[in-house]
Amino acid sequence: MQIPVEGFMYPNEVELQWSVLIVLYPFLTGLVAGAFILASLERVFMVKAVKPTYRLALLTALAFLIVAPLPLQLHLGHPERSFEMYLTPHRSSAMAMFGFVYLWYLLAVLVVEIWLDYRRDIVVMSQCTTGWKRLVYRVLTLGSTNISERSLHIDERVGWLVTVIGIPSAFLLHGYVGFIFGSVKANPWWSSPLMPVVFLFSAMVSGIAIVMLLYMLMCRLRREPIDMDCVDTVAKYLFYTFIIDFSLEMLDLIHRIYEADESFRSLDFMVHTRLFLSQVVIQILLGTVLPILLIGVTQVVKLAAEQRKRIYVVAGCLTMIGIFAMRWNVVIGGQLFSKSFLGYTTYKMGFVTREGLLTAIVLTVLPFVILGVLVKLLPPWPEKKSAISSVAVAAYGAD
Amino acid sequence: MSITRRQLLILLPAAAVAWKSILAGTPEASPNYNMTEHWWGMLVDITKCIGCGSCVRACQMENQVPDGYFRTWVERYHVSDYDIENPKVDSPDGGKNGFPPATASDGKNFFVPKMCNHCADSPCTQVCPVGATFVSPDGVVLVDQKYCLGCRYCVQACPYGCRFVDPKKKTAQKCTLCYHRITKGLTTACCENCPTGARQLADLKNPNDPIHEFLKTHSVQVLKPYLATRSKLFYNGLDGSVR
Repeated sequence: MQIPVEGFMYPNEVELQWSVLIVLYPFLTGLVAGAFILASLERVFMVKAVKPTYRLALLTALAFLIVAPLPLQLHLGHPERSFEMYLTPHRSSAMAMFGFVYLWYLLAVLVVEIWLDYRRDIVVMSQCTTGWKRLVYRVLTLGSTNISERSLHIDERVGWLVTVIGIPSAFLLHGYVGFIFGSVKANPWWSSPLMPVVFLFSAMVSGIAIVMLLYMLMCRLRREPIDMDCVDTVAKYLFYTFIIDFSLEMLDLIHRIYEADESFRSLDFMVHTRLFLSQVVIQILLGTVLPILLIGVTQVVKLAAEQRKRIYVVAGCLTMIGIFAMRWNVVIGGQLFSKSFLGYTTYKMGFVTREGLLTAIVLTVLPFVILGVLVKLLPPWPEKKSAISSVAVAAYGAD
Repeated sequence: MSITRRQLLILLPAAAVAWKSILAGTPEASPNYNMTEHWWGMLVDITKCIGCGSCVRACQMENQVPDGYFRTWVERYHVSDYDIENPKVDSPDGGKNGFPPATASDGKNFFVPKMCNHCADSPCTQVCPVGATFVSPDGVVLVDQKYCLGCRYCVQACPYGCRFVDPKKKTAQKCTLCYHRITKGLTTACCENCPTGARQLADLKNPNDPIHEFLKTHSVQVLKPYLATRSKLFYNGLDGSVR
């Protein structure tokens, strides 16, 4: 397959090394980190208004975290050797540490926090259900069936501590993904100390937006009223985080334009041509400025609940598109120009290939399927909880 | 002799490790070669390069480089008198079969052979997640083909575009400075086949190597010095327009 090239590329640069799957990887981990940080608002920072989204945010983070390493595995030339990253990690490599940060976050933070938060429900469900469900819940109890008040109080305290540890861990998880790119000094499009910070804030934006959208969607599916106080608060946090994220991105852009180093002409050309649609139109205008303006309107104008809901849905969807475009522009954009700054190549995405569009679509849908299973297994709804509570009272007494 | 279950549990992993090393085989022996006595680099004299592509062909044959990928290549620069910051560069098929005649009459034309710079502070080895690529004690940047994951991070990290992933082996490939030859006292395939001596293998630890005299008496430059990679690919006559 002939790849169209403009100007001069070093001969080995013509083919792109990192595909759409590597675009997905920071996108998915960003959703994990963002969703977790939203959950921590309720748990650590006592923002009670967002409580209805707390459990949903945790389950969303888990669903995306399970899928996050899959695009990397599919991308590797030798996935069967990937375990070597744990056995013989190269300590100077940012990528090598991903395995450990990932495992830490998955096993020491997210799973522990979810288990502690759901432990009481799991124990009760293991008693109330029958058949395979009972077996699943019994396994999930991990043999710990004590749900006395004192025991639950300990769960609560430990859970709080895990969340406190989880916040810097979430920062580490995604800030470090930014560092993977930001530390490549060979590539001026990536090489920036701002990259981890930009990645972190964009992660928070995307995570908050997805939980907000999922909460509204699930309320609709369950024919339950949306807690507008909750959604308004989430939207307010989305708005503030978005402004910080946008400011950082603009700071990076203005800095590059003003400094105008030797790579600038090349990068400037790219933004005006090959990346114009994905960066200027989709990422900046549609995916950032418009949602900020839309949510901004809800912050300054008194609108009816129905109108606010519609605005939040539109702004949330635009945000997700914008953040995906940002990942695309970083990963793909960073490979479209030559390190000689003398030419440009083209990204040709396959469809039914190992790293093609179909694989990317499947990997994007997969977390939602996993989330569906998790929600069935561990319902995050307060009313379910109260139903369970009555069963628990019947089964275990008031204690 | 009977083996207890505990002994068996201890022995099994040890046996697995031993079997793995047997399967890996032993590297080709170079009994008289001592890594610590060498520090390899290369000298490229741009004033001597005629762009014939012999080096590219020799490298591809010697190292079975797949078509469309290059461990070494030659670029032709055309620098106009009026726009020295924007050279026109071409490298048809890596310069393997030479170059068509130059068309522009103004400015200057010259050839620049390129290859791995075998940097002492190489950004590519720094980023490898498993340490499959490394700087050997004699200063050659190598890739352990049985260990490389094929993650392509090193390809991204190389500022000179010298790496690629082999489409069949799915591992990172690059110039090995013909390590299988230089450890036997031979020179590299590209140096051996250069008709004008534009490429010279250099052992910086050998006080009798002519590189020392050359470095003393010539203005020598490396590519992208601002990246501080401690490149060991030294260019004589390197124009400021070369990237």
